[in-house]
This record gives sequence, structure tokens and C-alpha cells, in this order.
Amino acid sequence: MDQSKIRNFCIIAHIDHGKSTLADRIIEHTGLLTEREMQDQVLDNMELERERGITIKAQTVRTIYKAGDGEEYVFNLIDTPGHVDFNYEVSRSLAACDGAVLVVDSTQGVEAQTLGNVYLALDHDLEILPVINKIDLPSAQPDETAQEIEDVIGLEAMDCPRISAKTGLNVHEVLESIVKVLPPPQGDEHKPLKALIFDSVYDSYRGVIVFVRIFDGSVRRGTHIRMMATGADFEVTEVGIFGAGKFIPAEELSAGMVGYLEASIKDMKQTRVGDTVTEYSNPCEEALPGYKEPLPMVYCGIYPAETPRYPDLRDALEKLQLNDASLQYEPETSQALGFGFRCGFLGLLHLDVITQRLEREYDLDLITTAPSVIYKIYKTDGTVLDITNPTNMPDPSEIEHMEEPMVKAEIMVTTEYIGPIMTLCQERRGVYEETEYIETTRAVLRYKMPLNEIIYDFFDALKSRSRGYASFDYEFCGYERSELTRLDILVNHEPVDALSFIVYAPNAYKRGSQMCERLKKEIPRQLFDIPIQAAIGSKIIARETVRQLRKDVLAKCYGGDISRKRKLLEKQKEGKKKMREIGNVEVPKEAFLNVLKLDEE
Amino acid sequence: MKEIGLYLHFPFCVKKCAYCDFLSFPTTEDVKKIYAASLIREIRAYAEAAADCTVTSVFLGGGTPSIMPPSQLRSVFHALLDSFRIAPDAEISMEMNPGTVNEGNLSFIFDYVNRVSLGVQSFRDEELLLLGRIHSAEQAVRSIELLRKSGVKNLNLDLMSGIPAQTAKSWEETLRRALEFEPEHISAYSLIVEEGTEFRKRQKAGKLSLPDEETEREMYRISGEILEGAGLLQYEFSNYAREGFRCRHNVRYWKRGDYLGLGLGAASLFDGKRWHNTRNLEHYFAHSADPGQIVCELEQLDKRAEIEEFLFLGLRMRDGVSEAEFRQAFGLELRDIYGEVIDRQTGEGLLAAEEERIFLTPRGIDISNVVLAEYLLS
Repeated sequence: MDQSKIRNFCIIAHIDHGKSTLADRIIEHTGLLTEREMQDQVLDNMELERERGITIKAQTVRTIYKAGDGEEYVFNLIDTPGHVDFNYEVSRSLAACDGAVLVVDSTQGVEAQTLGNVYLALDHDLEILPVINKIDLPSAQPDETAQEIEDVIGLEAMDCPRISAKTGLNVHEVLESIVKVLPPPQGDEHKPLKALIFDSVYDSYRGVIVFVRIFDGSVRRGTHIRMMATGADFEVTEVGIFGAGKFIPAEELSAGMVGYLEASIKDMKQTRVGDTVTEYSNPCEEALPGYKEPLPMVYCGIYPAETPRYPDLRDALEKLQLNDASLQYEPETSQALGFGFRCGFLGLLHLDVITQRLEREYDLDLITTAPSVIYKIYKTDGTVLDITNPTNMPDPSEIEHMEEPMVKAEIMVTTEYIGPIMTLCQERRGVYEETEYIETTRAVLRYKMPLNEIIYDFFDALKSRSRGYASFDYEFCGYERSELTRLDILVNHEPVDALSFIVYAPNAYKRGSQMCERLKKEIPRQLFDIPIQAAIGSKIIARETVRQLRKDVLAKCYGGDISRKRKLLEKQKEGKKKMREIGNVEVPKEAFLNVLKLDEE
Repeated sequence: MKEIGLYLHFPFCVKKCAYCDFLSFPTTEDVKKIYAASLIREIRAYAEAAADCTVTSVFLGGGTPSIMPPSQLRSVFHALLDSFRIAPDAEISMEMNPGTVNEGNLSFIFDYVNRVSLGVQSFRDEELLLLGRIHSAEQAVRSIELLRKSGVKNLNLDLMSGIPAQTAKSWEETLRRALEFEPEHISAYSLIVEEGTEFRKRQKAGKLSLPDEETEREMYRISGEILEGAGLLQYEFSNYAREGFRCRHNVRYWKRGDYLGLGLGAASLFDGKRWHNTRNLEHYFAHSADPGQIVCELEQLDKRAEIEEFLFLGLRMRDGVSEAEFRQAFGLELRDIYGEVIDRQTGEGLLAAEEERIFLTPRGIDISNVVLAEYLLS
């Protein structure tokens, strides 16, 4: 295959700047699909993604473009997830590309994720083609946006395509620029096979379908391959390319090409994103750089709302993991909640996506406990423990000191909200690093913050305190020593393990009383007074009381309308079903998560 | 021969009260006339189905039946007498609003009605005003006197507690004032703020000030004390009567006797089925002659539903549910089905058991929705 006729690229953008829409238009203009086949957003094929307007699982599509020079070009458009939780996945997708189309919304300008994505693309030596989008909107400022791209990012942007992905205006300019500006791949077909796994999906009939970018050599049916990091080896049963939404078998994949391979692989764990595929008997000298084991950052307990559905939850997690190797889980038991799983996620969005998929696709009703990060506990006996569940924290007398994970946070905000955002960051123990003014009206605030301060409701708080104008990005930056303690919550004098959490010690009193107040709102009044207490060890530090229910009676049965009475009682009973009995107190399942929502604004 | 009750709904009122969420609305004289004619068609249509039934109670409810012109009420009643076998000693109740008591309907009552339920609600004008009632306390007093004078021997007064501007003291005064007229029956309802009412709107806007829960329950206790002290014994959550004057029609609801609901939106229990009539006036006018066409949410009750109803309705009664009656009705042992709930609730002080009966304690009544919900099976 003539590599000069291949362009491997991705589209990068801040959320909602029009990435998926441009992808649709490119697919449409390259005529791979008829209009009729075009779904609204071809790349976002999961129901959930469509609703959330974000792309979760990277997918890719091959289209054929007949350029102005009369030649046909193969475009491999590699889709990348657009959220900080999936940074590693993004970086592997970028590594499969030679260039990137950077979409900037001309009504919004450069945003935090725009910058983050650009830096990531530059790290991978990608050529970047800026595109100014949404010029059809009345509030569009294409000139200012171009200037901003030049000033802030340092890319030439004055002559870049100015388009409306929505209406299709000037999209042909993008296609021509892809051919002219983005470089072709530069692989060597005669070297041993060297291919990057940048994604994979599990199909119950075909096994794992591995998405690869071939850097050197070639692969075809019958090739005996080896995964360099995991060491697994397989015989390839099929190779092919990506149509939109379907796999098209091909003879071979050679240097420069993007496609898929199948090899009766049953276990997703053997085909890690970022791993290098090579030939078993003729391996390449070195694996491609950048491979990392997926590292969960956030953990929480997931329990079935109805105990008997534990096996269903286990099966569902098993199935989800087939498609998402970064999801980790292991069984755990809670005194309050029974049997469940401690699950590890890349971040909060990942957590959210997984729990929603469990509820929707597997029809499960879940109780999710407070998210936790991984704390490192240095014990007096010299050993180090990684703690993801506060319940497992050893006795304070055995702890020498503790460390918590830190992140570098970048918050882009219009200058009028700098004050409130700084206050928020300080409340969350952020250590201010710098303010960089991008324009006179916008700045990037940089903070170093403990991850455990942003996993509850930081994002919501940020949005509400900036009226939605702040955008946010973060990156793990190591562990730091910290003064931490476990806060226990007692409901009706009984400690509820699922509500325990680890907190920065000087904030324990405040947190404890906030949690009690919250919980008081969450727990409906019952037959008796219910004390809610926060405790550190055996010391009670805060207390609230849910007063007993005094009155709940239907005084009158109007005109013998009994069905109405029945409906009322059924509603009552239904409400009770959504409760979890802890001791003899009924606690709504949402309470376990809601209790940590700290920002009341 | 099967005994049944008849409920006749009159969905009209002079003005909607602020707490009312029932099917009622102001209307015109023309509409009343069409309504009476439609109701008569419906009554006649049931003649055959009810051929082997004896009617032992009739209840004219609303809305405000007393705003119907007496001539129309008479026509309706003639249709009833033509179509149903009405027992000579049947209880014939009619609801009245003190603002609508007049010569005309008093003569109708004299001829046909033997029990009147008067919507007094309160004997304090400022409370009546806040409720959105159309009458004063003085009008209520005059109505009671007129009713007594025209020979009503079975009089119920409807009273409401837990309403805006009310205090435990003013409620006690209302009760005592009511007792001066020596009514045979008092219905003392605790206000419930229902969805869709003016009160609910005000509540959402933070503009409804109600007695707090403690006071409200105190009022409920006062009702029991004062009324029982005066010889009106509580026989249901909200109902108090002298010996022999329990409302037979309402007791039928709680004991799951058969009844036919006639008129717009009226609910029925008949031959093991529950349904209600259409709530659409136009539709009712067009199809009342063919009851099949106005039936809504028809439900054939299975044994489970019947058992549940037996409990959650029966336990509204002071006497509660009898194990023997349960056995007789279903051929099952009450405790085989509900033993666990009964024991737990007894332990929690919500329920009491005596001589093969179970009944709610005062605390159980206070939170009866929670208690009764546990008698839903499955």
C-alpha cells in the first residue's frame, strides 16, 4: 500500500466544540456512506454517549477521499475520548496518528481541554491542523479565535479552514488541508512487524477485536503474533479495515495502515491498549514507547440495592470489563450493604459512566458508596499499605504516617470568576501555583490539589461558582505526606461502614457536622428518633437527630375511591423498597453518595 | 338477595374550596339540567343489573348536591325508586353546604332524605375564610336549626382540624360549639394538603401557615376526648357517632360491601370489580345511558387484592379486623398471612390485638399510611 496516500489523524477539541459533528461531515463528504446510512452521529454509537454528548470508547473509521489533485486518499480517522479520565487512552490514540485536526469553537475560543489536547498531540509529534468551527452562529468571532490560537497555542491559524461542521460550510477545505498539511506515515514494510494496539472491543462471537496501527512490517491471516508487554501469542484469524460501524476484512495490513486483527483472543487482559504487536518468530527489536498498565485513580463500593441480585452484578461487571480493561473490581463485604464490589476507575466520569451502564444496560439498581482515592499508609512496622476502602484503615496506633495522591489542576476561567474559584480551590486544600493570563479576560489558574478533594463534587462546585464558565483539567502528580484520619458515621448508634471515609484531619469536625446535616436531610423520619453521629475513633464530634414521624394519615376516603388509597399505600411501599435497612433504620440508597456533596451553593 | 349501596355524585359547587381536590367545579344552570338528565339515564341503565339487589344505603355526595335545583333532585330520586329496590329502612344521606340550605331543598329532604351531612368545617369565620368556604359560622348555625326544624333526625357535621389560623383552643371551641346542637354524628377530618389544590400552590410558595405536627396531633387527641366525652364514639379514623348512628354507607366502604357509584367520576365496587366512571363531563353526557362506555380503570380484584383491601380498609375502623370474619371471607387464617407484620407492629406499639381482633393504636392511626402499607402483599 502506498503510504503517501494514507493520512492517519484524529480530531481533538474541547468538549462540545464540534468534534463529532465534524467527524460526521468528513465521513459524509468522503462518500463512504450514503446520506441515508448516516446516523446523526456515526462515531458516537453507544446510547449513553449520545445522551451525554461525549465519546467514551475510541473508535475509528476509514474513508476514501478523492482530492483536488485527482488522487484517492485513505483517511483513517481515529476517534479519541474527550475527557481527562481517559488521558491514557487518548494518548494511545494519538500515538496511532500522524496528524491531528484541532477544532476550536469560534464562539468560545480556546478552552482548558483545547490546550491539554494540543500539548498531548505535540508530545506525540503530531502535525496540527487548526479548524475554526461554528462560524454560522451569530456570536462567532473567527478572527479573534484565529488570533487566540496563534497567541495561546502558537499555531499558525490565519489561513486555516473556517467552517460550520453543522451546516457543512467549508468542510471541503478541511479535507484538502488534511491531504496537504498532515504528513503521510513513514513506516518500513520490510522491517519486522511493529504495530500499536490503540483500542479493542469484545465480541461474544469473535473474541477480542484488536485495533492496530501498523508502524513497520505487515500482518495477515495466519501470522503468528506476540504481544510484547503481556507476552501472549496468537495466530491471526482475520485482518481488516474499519468501515463506518462495520469491519471489512482485508488481505493484509501493512506499514502505515490502520485496521483491526482477530486471533480468537478470549481475554481482554491480553490485549492491553498501548501494547506492541510483533511477529512471534521475527520480533522487532524494541516495543513502541508509552505503554502503561491502566491505573485506577478512584475507587468506590458498588452494591446491588436488592441483595439477591449480587450474582447479576458480578456477571454485569464481568461483561463490562471485557470491553473496558481499565475497569477493575474485586468482591468486598460491607456490614451495612452486604455483598458487593470495590471497583477502581480512571476517574469520576469513568465511575459515572460505568454505574450508569450497569443500571441501564443490565437493569440493576445500585448503591454506590463514597468514592475514595488510594491512600498510602506507612505503618510503624515499616510496611506500606495501599488503602482504597476506608474500612481497611489500620488502627491509628499502627500508623507512622500517611500519603495521599495529588494532582495538578488547570482551571480556565473568565477573570471575573477568579476570586470565587480561588476561594473554592483553597477550601479544597489547593496550593496555588500560578495564574496565566491567556487574554485580558481569561486566565488559567494552576493549583496543586489533593485528588480526594476533587472526587466528590468539585466539578459541580466549579460550574456553579463560575456560572458554567470554568473549564477544568487535571493530571496525577504523585503522592504527598498528609495528616489524614478516618471519620465514621453512626446511625442510631451503629457505625455504618459504607459511610466511613478518610478526611484531612484539620477538616474533620467541619466535615463530620456537614455529613450529619446532610444525612439528616436524606433519611426520612421513622417510627423513632434517630441520632446521627460523626466519630473519630470512639470520640463523637458531631450529632444530629432525625425526629420521629408524627403524622402520616389519610383522613378521608372520598366517595369510596379505594384505588386512590391503594395507590398511596403502594407508593409508600415502593419508597420503602428503595431503602436499605441499617440496624433498624431505613436509609435511602442515594444517601450513601449524596452525603458527600459538600458544596451547598 | 344482595345488599348494595348507591353513591350519587354531584360534581358542582358554588366555588372550589382552597383545600379541595375532589372532582368538583362551578357550573351553569343549563349544565346542571343536562347533568340531572344524564344521571337519570345512567340510573335507568343499571336497573337490570341490579334487579336482584336491595339498596340499603344511598349517599348523595359531591361537590355540593344541595346546589342542584330540588326539582331535578326529585326527578333523579324518582328514577332511583323506579330502577332499584330500595329497602324501607335504607339510610338516605345527602351532603349539604350551609351556604345552600333553602326552602326548596329542605322540602326535598323532608320527602326523601333521612340523614344530612353538613359541611360546617369550623365555627370561626376567619378560619372559614382561609379555607375558601362560601358561608359564615352564623349561616352554619342557621342551617343546622333549619334542618332540625324540618325534621332531620340524623345529622352529621363535617369539621376540619389542622387548618390555617387554627389553634388547639379554637379547634376545641369548634368541637364544643358543634356539640351544642347535639348532632348524631361528627366527621372530624385532619386537613391534608393535596396536589393540585390552592393550598398546595400556597404551600409551595411558602404562603401556607399550618399548625405544626405536634399541635395537629394534639387536636386529633382533643377530638377523641371531647367527642367521646359527649357520647359520640369513634368508630373510624375520622368518624364519631352516637350509638346506632354510624354512617351505614361509609361503613360499607370500609367493610367492602358492594356499591354502585353513579354520576361523573363515581367509584364502584360490584361483583368483585372496582372501577370509576369517566371524569370527562362531555363524555359522560354523551354515554351515560350505556355504562359500559363510561367505565374507567376497571379492575377484577383477585384474592390477593381483596385480602389487602380487607386489611387496609378494615383497620380504619376502631373495631379493626376480626380473625373470624377474615376466615369466613377468605377461608384462610389471618395470622398465616400477616403473622409477622402483626407481631412486629404490635411490638412497635402500632397495633393491638384483643379477642381475635387486631386494631390500630392511637400511634398507629397517626402514621397509618406507613402501617397500612405493610399489608400490601408481594
